[in-house]
Amino acid sequence: MSINEPASVTLSESPGKIALRTLARDRRSWISLSILGVILLLALIAPFYASSIAHTDPFKSTLNATISVGGVTRQVLEPSTEGLGLGITPIGPTGRPGAYFLGADNQGRDVAARLLYGARNTLFIGVSAALVTILLSLLIGLIAGYRRGFVDSVLSRLLDVIWAFPVYLLSISLSVVLLTSGLSLGFIHFGPGSIALPIFIIGIVYIPYVARPIRGQVLALREREFVRAAVGSGAKHSTIIFREILPNVLPSVLVFIPIMFALAMLTESALSFLSIGVQPPQASWGTIINDGLGLLYTRPIVALAPGLLIVLTAASLNLFGDAVRDGLDPKTRPRGDS
Amino acid sequence: MRKRPLHLASVLAVATLLLSACSGSSDSASTSTGGSSFGAYEKDKAGGIVTFVASAAGGTLDPKVNYTAQYWQLYQASYDGLLGFKYADDAGSFEIVPNLAEALPEVSNDGKTLTFKLRKGIKFSDGSDVTVNDVKASFERIFKVLSPTAGGFYNGIVGADACLKAPATCKLDQGVVVDAATNSVVLNLVAADETIQSKLAVPHAAINPANAPAKDAGTTIIPTTGPYMYKSYDPNKELIMVRNPYFKEWSHDAQPQGYPDEIHFKFGLTATAQVTAVQNDQANWMFDPIPSDRLNEIGTKYADQVHIQPLTAMWYLPMNVNLAPFNNVKARQAVNYALDRAAMVKIFGGEKLAAPVCSFLPPGFPGHVDYCQYTAGGSVESPASAWSAPDIEMAKKLVEESGTKGQKVGIVVSDDEVNKQMGEYIQSVLTEIGYKATLKPISGNIQFTYIQNTNNKVQISLSQWYQDYPAASDFLYILLSCGSFTPGSDSSINMAGYCNKGLDAKMQKAMTLGLTDAAAANKMWGDIDKEVMADAPVAVAFTPKQVDFISKGTKNYHFSKQYKMFVSQLQVK
Repeated sequence: MSINEPASVTLSESPGKIALRTLARDRRSWISLSILGVILLLALIAPFYASSIAHTDPFKSTLNATISVGGVTRQVLEPSTEGLGLGITPIGPTGRPGAYFLGADNQGRDVAARLLYGARNTLFIGVSAALVTILLSLLIGLIAGYRRGFVDSVLSRLLDVIWAFPVYLLSISLSVVLLTSGLSLGFIHFGPGSIALPIFIIGIVYIPYVARPIRGQVLALREREFVRAAVGSGAKHSTIIFREILPNVLPSVLVFIPIMFALAMLTESALSFLSIGVQPPQASWGTIINDGLGLLYTRPIVALAPGLLIVLTAASLNLFGDAVRDGLDPKTRPRGDS
Repeated sequence: MRKRPLHLASVLAVATLLLSACSGSSDSASTSTGGSSFGAYEKDKAGGIVTFVASAAGGTLDPKVNYTAQYWQLYQASYDGLLGFKYADDAGSFEIVPNLAEALPEVSNDGKTLTFKLRKGIKFSDGSDVTVNDVKASFERIFKVLSPTAGGFYNGIVGADACLKAPATCKLDQGVVVDAATNSVVLNLVAADETIQSKLAVPHAAINPANAPAKDAGTTIIPTTGPYMYKSYDPNKELIMVRNPYFKEWSHDAQPQGYPDEIHFKFGLTATAQVTAVQNDQANWMFDPIPSDRLNEIGTKYADQVHIQPLTAMWYLPMNVNLAPFNNVKARQAVNYALDRAAMVKIFGGEKLAAPVCSFLPPGFPGHVDYCQYTAGGSVESPASAWSAPDIEMAKKLVEESGTKGQKVGIVVSDDEVNKQMGEYIQSVLTEIGYKATLKPISGNIQFTYIQNTNNKVQISLSQWYQDYPAASDFLYILLSCGSFTPGSDSSINMAGYCNKGLDAKMQKAMTLGLTDAAAANKMWGDIDKEVMADAPVAVAFTPKQVDFISKGTKNYHFSKQYKMFVSQLQVK
C-alpha cells in the first residue's frame, strides 16, 4: 500500500495513471513537451542537416571557403574594405538552409549545423548527468534513511562536504583538474576531453540537492506503520526498501528529473562556455556562445542563437517539472480526479 | 619574444643596414618622425597616469628572466645596462648608445676585450649607488637565475662555461674585471662576438643591485635605475610603476626623462574589453592583439588612433623533436605542409596586418632568402620561391609514412582570443591530417614559460618571436641552437628541443664570419635557414605587423623597432 493512496479511494486506477491523465490535460505539459520535442528532433537530424542540406563539416575550420549567395561568390570570412581595411568578418545569416543559414563563426564553420550538433551534446550531457544524480541520490538517500545510525552519519557527512562547496566552484575546480589529466576509477577510464567527464562532474556535484530530501523522506517513511508492519513480519531489508519505501519516494524523484535535467544542462553550458566542458572542435551550446563572444560586435547571432535555445529548453523543462509535480500531488488535482 | 629574444650586429652595420632597409616603414596613420632622437624634454607636458590593459600579466618581473615583449617594453623605461638602444623612431632605435657606461666600449685584443667606464652619481631607486661591483654581480646573476639567454647571449664571456655548469656558484672573476678606483669594467670574451654590444643593451644585461636575489625574483621588485620604478606587482591584478625619485637624466638618447607620473598596467581584461576601454579613454593603450571582430570598427571609426608598424617577427609552431609524434621528421614536415598560412593571416586580422611565410628568417632580415619548401608545388629538394597554398595530401602522405597516424597531439596556446582561434584552427588541421588533436589554452601569464619546460611534455605549441636585434643569429642561433636548450627549465627558449651539432658548428662559423664579411655570413645564414627547415623543428606561419591602438587623449606616440612603443614618452596631460 502506498501512503499517497487514501483509504477511501476506490482502487480502480493507480496513482500513476491518475497523474498521467492529469498531466495529459495540463496545457503546460503540452507546450513544454512540444518545444522539447522540436529541439530533440533538431538534435537528431544534425548529421543529416550537415551532410545533406548544408553540405558542411561543422567541426572543420574552413577559413578560406567561399559560397555563392544570389549568384555572387562571397568569402565565408570577408576582409574589410573600409577605412584602413583591417579585420575579417564571418558571413552573416543567409536565411538559406543550404548555405550558412545562420552565418559562420570565426573558423568559417556553419553556425546552424554546429547548433544542431551542440544540441546533441548539451541534451545528452544534461540527461545523462541528471540520471547520474538521480540514481546515485536515490541509492544514497534510501540507504542512509533506511539504515540510519552510523551509515546515515557517514553518508550525510559526505553529502555535507559536497554541499559545502558552491556548485559552480566545485564543478569548475573538478573540470580544470580532470580536463587535463582524465579520470580513472578502477576499470573505468575517462580520457582528457572526454564527454563523460562533464557528465560525471555535473552528476556528482548535484547529488546533495537530491539525496538529502530523499533521505528525509525515507527517514519519515521508516517510521510509518506499514513499514513497521513489514519489518515486524520479517520481510527482508531489500523487500522493504524496494516494495514499501521506494514506491513512495518515486513521485518526488519524478519531479526532480526535469528540474535536474535543466540544472545539469545549464551547468554544462556554463562549463563549456568557460572552455572546461565540451572541448573544441566538438560543439555544445556553451562552446558556441564562447565562440560567439568574440563576434558580439559583428555577428551577435552566433552567441544569441544558442543562448535562446538554452533559455527555451530550460524554461520548458521547468514548466514540465511544474506540471509533473502538480500531476503527482493530489491536493493540486482538479476536483474529481482522485 | 612575445615573447622575444634579442640579438646584435655591429653597430654601424646595423644602423646602415636598417636605415636603408627600413626607412619610411611605418604604414599607418602613425606620426613617425624618422630615425632621429627625440626633442628636448617638455616639462609642461609631464604628469598624469598612463593606463595600459592586458588579458594577463607577463610573468616574472625579474629583468634577467623575463623574456616577453610585454615587459621588455616597460624595462626600457626602468632598467639600464652599460649600453642601451637609442630613444629614436623606427630604424634609429637600433642604434646602440652608451647608457650606464660613459661611452661605447674601447675594443681591444682582437675584439675579445671591451673596456667600459661606469658613469658616476647614478643611484638605484632604493637610494643606493650604482657601483662596478653591481655590474660584476649583475653579469654573474645572469647565470645564477638561469636567464633564458645565459647560454645563447652570454656564453662567450670568459668563465661562462663554468657558470652554465654550476649556476649557483657562478663567478666571473676573469670575465668581468672591475676596478672601483677607476670605475672601469673590463669584459673579456673567449672569442670576438659581432653582436656582443647588442647583447649588452638588452634587459637581461641590465645592472641590478649586487644584493638582488640569486634566483628568479618573481613578483619581488628589484630596484631600478631608469625614470620609473616598480611600486607594486600583482600578476592577477595590476603592475604599478611610479617615478624613481633618484633618477636624473644622464643621457637623453639612452634614457630620457619620462612624461607620465605613473604607469598602471591592468590585467584580466579580455581583448574586447581592452578595445572598449581604449575607445572610452579608460585606458591609454591595449597590449593584446585586437580581436578580429573589432578591427573593422577600429580601422574605420578610430583610424587616427591606430598605428600600424611593420615588425621583423614571426608566429610559429615549435614542435618537440624529442617527443612523439614530432620526433619523426616526416610528422614535422607534414605539419609544415598542412598549415594554411593564409588562414592564419585571416585570423590575425587580414593581409593588411600579416603575411604568410615559411622560412625561418623573416623577409627583409639579414640572411633571409625567398624560399618555401612546404607549399603546394614545393619540396625540400626543390623549394618554391614563396608560400602559395597548403598541400594537405602531401601532409597526409607524410603522416602515413611516419607511422604516427592516429597519435594524440596536445596543442598548447595562450588563452587570449586570437591565440585560441589560431589553436582551434591548428587543431582542425592536425585532425584532418590524421592526429587526435586536443587544444590546451592556458593563461598567457604562464604559457610562454610552460611551453619551454620539457617537464610539461608539450608536443606542439603556438608562440611568437620578435627580433631583439637585426642579425640572423637572433633567430636561428637563439631559438634552435643546442645551447638554448635546457631540459627541465622554464628558460629553455629552444622550445623544439632541437640540437643539431653539425648545424650548431655552422652557426658558430657564420657568426665568426660576420666579424669580417657580413655578406658572406648572411649567405651562410640563408643556407642554414634552409637546412634547419628541412629538419622542420618548427612550422613558421606568418610575419605580423604591430597594431597599436591608443586612446584619443594619448599624445606623443613614438615607436621603437627595438622595444615597440616608448611607454615613458606618452603624454596624457
